[in-house]
Amino acid sequence: MTDAPILQVDHLTMRFGGLVAISDLSFAAKRGEITAIIGPNGAGKTTVFNCITGFYKPTEGMIALTHAGGAQFLLERLRDHDISAHANVARTFQNIRLFSGMTVLENLLVAQHLPLNRASFFSLGGIIGIGSYRRAEAEAIEFASYWLEKVGLIERADDAAGDLPYGAQRRLEIARAMCTRPVLLCLDEPAAGLNPRESAELNDLLRWVRNEHGLSILLIEHDMGVVMGISDHIVVLDYGKKISDGTPEFVRNDPAVIAAYLGVEEEAVEQVEAEVQL
Amino acid sequence: MAEAVAAGIRARTSEDRIGTAIRDALLTGLVAFLLFVVIIGLKTENAHEKLILVPRLGWAAFWAGLAVAGRLAIDLFTWRGSSMKTAGRPFLPLPTAIAGIAVAYAVGAYFFLVPDALQMAAASAADIFGAEAWKSRARITVDLVGVTLLAVFIIISAMLLVLVVRRTLSAIGLGRARAPGQSFVRELAAQFSVALLLVALVLPLLVAGPQQRYAIDTAMQVLMYIMLGWGLNIVVGLAGLLDLGYVAFYAVGAYTFGLLGTTFGWSFWVCLPLAGMFAALWGIMLGFPVLRLRGDYLAIVTLAFGEIIRVVLLNWVTLTNGPNGVSRIPRISFFGLSFDRNAPVSFHGFFGMEYDPIYRVIFMYYVILMLALIVNFATNRLRRLPIGRAWEALREDEIACRSLGINTTTTKLTAFAIGAMFAGFAGSFFATRQGFISPESFTFQESAMVLAIVVLGGLGSQLGIVIAAIVLIGTGELFRGLEEYRMLIFGASMMAIMIGRPRGLVSSRTPSVALKESRAISSSLVKEGHG
Repeated sequence: MTDAPILQVDHLTMRFGGLVAISDLSFAAKRGEITAIIGPNGAGKTTVFNCITGFYKPTEGMIALTHAGGAQFLLERLRDHDISAHANVARTFQNIRLFSGMTVLENLLVAQHLPLNRASFFSLGGIIGIGSYRRAEAEAIEFASYWLEKVGLIERADDAAGDLPYGAQRRLEIARAMCTRPVLLCLDEPAAGLNPRESAELNDLLRWVRNEHGLSILLIEHDMGVVMGISDHIVVLDYGKKISDGTPEFVRNDPAVIAAYLGVEEEAVEQVEAEVQL
Repeated sequence: MAEAVAAGIRARTSEDRIGTAIRDALLTGLVAFLLFVVIIGLKTENAHEKLILVPRLGWAAFWAGLAVAGRLAIDLFTWRGSSMKTAGRPFLPLPTAIAGIAVAYAVGAYFFLVPDALQMAAASAADIFGAEAWKSRARITVDLVGVTLLAVFIIISAMLLVLVVRRTLSAIGLGRARAPGQSFVRELAAQFSVALLLVALVLPLLVAGPQQRYAIDTAMQVLMYIMLGWGLNIVVGLAGLLDLGYVAFYAVGAYTFGLLGTTFGWSFWVCLPLAGMFAALWGIMLGFPVLRLRGDYLAIVTLAFGEIIRVVLLNWVTLTNGPNGVSRIPRISFFGLSFDRNAPVSFHGFFGMEYDPIYRVIFMYYVILMLALIVNFATNRLRRLPIGRAWEALREDEIACRSLGINTTTTKLTAFAIGAMFAGFAGSFFATRQGFISPESFTFQESAMVLAIVVLGGLGSQLGIVIAAIVLIGTGELFRGLEEYRMLIFGASMMAIMIGRPRGLVSSRTPSVALKESRAISSSLVKEGHG
């Protein structure tokens, strides 16, 4: 067991031509904690996510992921699918990306592609019907059912994913990410479009996942209720730069954060303080 | 209040109806007349060594009048309010459809059971007309209708037979019990694919006499296209990668066997797996450069690849003999027993039968049937395996696939390779069946045909492809007697399918796995892939 942070981002810079989306960003996410990245629209939050999960190659900087066993992965050098396969980082998307024409259960089986593929000898053994694949598939369905029960979708397992209501699709995306057995889960605005009751349920789910499975979570969110309610640690970005980093209590009272969100008018600051107290 | 408004709207629409219909019909007539003036109304004639225009406005007016009458009839009798859309409405109400099928079944039974009934019907239909040209047209038409009715009779009989067997089995406790509350028609319709297989298995026995050879040849042609359709379905239907050059792999398979067979004298059974492997190799070779392309770009590159293969076959004369093709390709043998009349160890000699060329045809029919069934079995298995699910996931959302640790590069390459392998099998069968291959057989026309079968059948649907292949190839063959009008009917049938069922004949998707009960997924949710 190592006590290194699960994710260490050092001097991360991402340029798109002349546009600097992230400049010299450094932060750490501790193991077993929920770390939130917040910031106004266009601050570069999703770009950070895309760098961590390999969809972008950072221009500069280092992203180190350390497993509990001590194995370390430099994510900026891995290909996107290897980050999920070997470094065990899972993610969800801001605009939900489910396999809408496949059933809920099929979505969760696709997420378990790698163990199933090995069990079927890269599908070659599966085509002649070896027993190990049948057992592996039964186990995969069992595991999928476990997560479907946790997110309350077990009754809809045989429906097309595209048929689910919006909130259920968000939960299914989280369940799908969990089916890859990640050590770090990156959630890109999981509460967007949810009603207050649904976001409260989401809070419970995320807290439960962290406590029960020892999972570390990295979160982008605009819903301050969710962010302040569940985060252990918050990183605030504005124009690609880190402007604040600390506990929810610290960030909430940081004048730089209030200025970034609302400008520097005195009344406005008071107003947001009142709002953030919730 | 609301009822009164609705009644008012109804009254107004029925008043407007005739007026609107007449206006609509006259407008149709005007457009038709303007078109017909150029097409029919003016004729060029050769008079005294120069061309003159002869006006035939009367004829143009006659056809425009027909268009007015037809439009009026449609407007008055199948009126659908202000919009003429047919979407969401069944083409025929169910009782009418059932009655129609019952009549077709009865007439088909008559043709099937009474010998020569079809020929007699055709002859008497021809007798009605005086002119020789119309006589032959009438004969062909009656033949066509008769053969179609025969097919209806045979397939429905097979469905009834399968249904009876199913019910008997479930009554004595074997097999699945029938779902409660299922109507008879639905239950019967569910037997369609098994019935189709049954008919395919006994087909050589169903036809006899002078038409036997032709019927089996046509069935073989259909089966080859079914096999190609199933192979392309993996690439286009499951993985969502549009491939316009599929015929290239068919050509690779055919030339692999053609060249190995003629150069080294290797038999079909040795070359069949080699042809599949070679085609798969070429599938991967095409796959690598196009991995980063999507949509239209992918389609154009695959189209070019198909042409490159054909042009190479045409120009590499030292290897492929160029446009003259490869001839004297070894014929198929029955596990080493030749079908030739004078072979030392021949099929008919071994079994002590009279020589008959039909044996070879029947055997080839069963070979292609078996190959097609293997392809179908493999595809259905693959859909339930991780790789098949990854293909479909790739079609649905490539980025999500990558976020789940799926290597999209190898996933795409396996789709190309396995699709190509099936085309390679079909190609080597084509070579042994024809005995002669040349680049002419592997034009873009063939790729387009296979793609049309896959799209019309419904992307991803195995059964849909069977029906589409039977409809497209079968009608093409059936209507051979109509000569150039054949393509008109081909085009019309394609248009009819596209209007009636824009996502293909079988458009819903069957899930590959179910927790409790498998429910078909509507085509509106299933994506078509980005290329």
